[in-house]
Amino acid sequence: MIVDLAVAEETAKLLYIRALKLLPDDVKEGFARLDAGESDATAKDVLATMIRNIDVAEKTDNLLCQDTGIPIYNVTIGRNVDVDGFALKEAIRRGCARATKEYPLRSSIVHPLTRVNEHTSCGRRVPVINIDFSDTEDELLIEMIPKGSGSENGSFLKMCIPAEGVDGIKVFVIDKVLEAGGRVCPPTIVGVGVGGTADLCVHLAKIAATRPLGTSCDDPDGARLEEELTTAVNSLGVGPQGLGGDSTAFAVHVEMAATHITMNPVAVNIQCHSARRASATFTPDGIELGF
Amino acid sequence: MTDHDLRMPCSEADVRKLRIGDHVTLQGTLFGIRDATQIHMFDKGRNTRFDLNGHAVIHTAPNVRKVEPSEQFPVGYAPLCVGTTTSARMERFTRPLMKQYGVRIIIGKGGLGDESLKAFADLGGVYVAIIGGTAALETTWIETIEDVDLDDLNPESLWKFRIRNFGPLRVAMDSHGGSLYDTVRRDAAGRRAAALASMGVRG
Repeated sequence: MIVDLAVAEETAKLLYIRALKLLPDDVKEGFARLDAGESDATAKDVLATMIRNIDVAEKTDNLLCQDTGIPIYNVTIGRNVDVDGFALKEAIRRGCARATKEYPLRSSIVHPLTRVNEHTSCGRRVPVINIDFSDTEDELLIEMIPKGSGSENGSFLKMCIPAEGVDGIKVFVIDKVLEAGGRVCPPTIVGVGVGGTADLCVHLAKIAATRPLGTSCDDPDGARLEEELTTAVNSLGVGPQGLGGDSTAFAVHVEMAATHITMNPVAVNIQCHSARRASATFTPDGIELGF
Repeated sequence: MTDHDLRMPCSEADVRKLRIGDHVTLQGTLFGIRDATQIHMFDKGRNTRFDLNGHAVIHTAPNVRKVEPSEQFPVGYAPLCVGTTTSARMERFTRPLMKQYGVRIIIGKGGLGDESLKAFADLGGVYVAIIGGTAALETTWIETIEDVDLDDLNPESLWKFRIRNFGPLRVAMDSHGGSLYDTVRRDAAGRRAAALASMGVRG
């Protein structure tokens, strides 16, 4: 399959705007589930406003949240896909800038020292473009995530030591959820990275935070840890917006990597309730949009 | 719990009446302010030509479209999506914002800290919680962008919005030492040990 770069650019633009407007079905279902189980009156009221906002955004064709986030594109290249990787990255970058200029979207991206905003949602190494490969034949997947800053500021890494064991991981997650409180726009998806190197651990936490609701860690011990942590986090009473209630998190997601005998790293990356994603799958039959 | 309808600007007496848990709906004028706006106002010595006395500010940097100036859009900006950002980053600006500019109401998400709570008590102010991530809904409460100052900081300019029925919003920190966030934080900290024990963590 040959990838048409002009189409890839157009798709990168479209995905950014689509992600900002349409919440994935799994997140909408997550809201319904939390609402049904919520016992606190204020929390019920807050959840109702959030659910109403999803409806208003669709009816008025508007963005769900003002925060256009840090744009992230996850590209997964299957087998027999013929694409100039460098040119594809350039095409995605152009698409991201065009979405910002042409829609127009608020560019939330600034130089880290001068704080100068080029009003393109682009800058040095941004958009973040992650490239990976799959064994799927003739398929290219582009996933777009506008990662909100309020929740991204709820990011933490601890290089636990082996003697702290799994308990060290659990304590860290609970304490960071408490520390983040309402600042990360709960109900959240708490992404937890376990193992790897420091940088891989934080990256795993991001993968976990942006994974669809209803999916589990593919390691059975990781999946059990997810269940335990989800129940524990929702027993804390932080609630939607930190105003109290049962609905602190839609879920805690865990992603893991092997690590060194001397290491036990754990990272937390949080996704806000506006858990936005959009994806496009390129096949020889055309392009299919999804979440 | 009481419902209040406040036309901006308001007086210290108006604000002192507000208690945590009350609902408030704002009318008239609302100013948008953010990190860079306040860094420039309070750290870099810049002034605004706007009179913020008795007014409400919202922690925001909106999505706007540049248009030809008209009666509807006096300064050539149409609001596209106006929402709210996390307030905690702007904690240290609460007191100067109130003391130097006379601001009475701060609207944001996630709450402010102890220093702000003290400033609200000392000077007569409140923090009003808006639901973060519900910008599409909030935008329907904005009539237009009336004016803008410090626009070289765009999108973190100082925005003057004309609003209608902005709310109802929840008073989350009041001028009598009340903070919904403190109550929840204390309660949540008290549940930590039980949460850890439920996962078999040895204390």
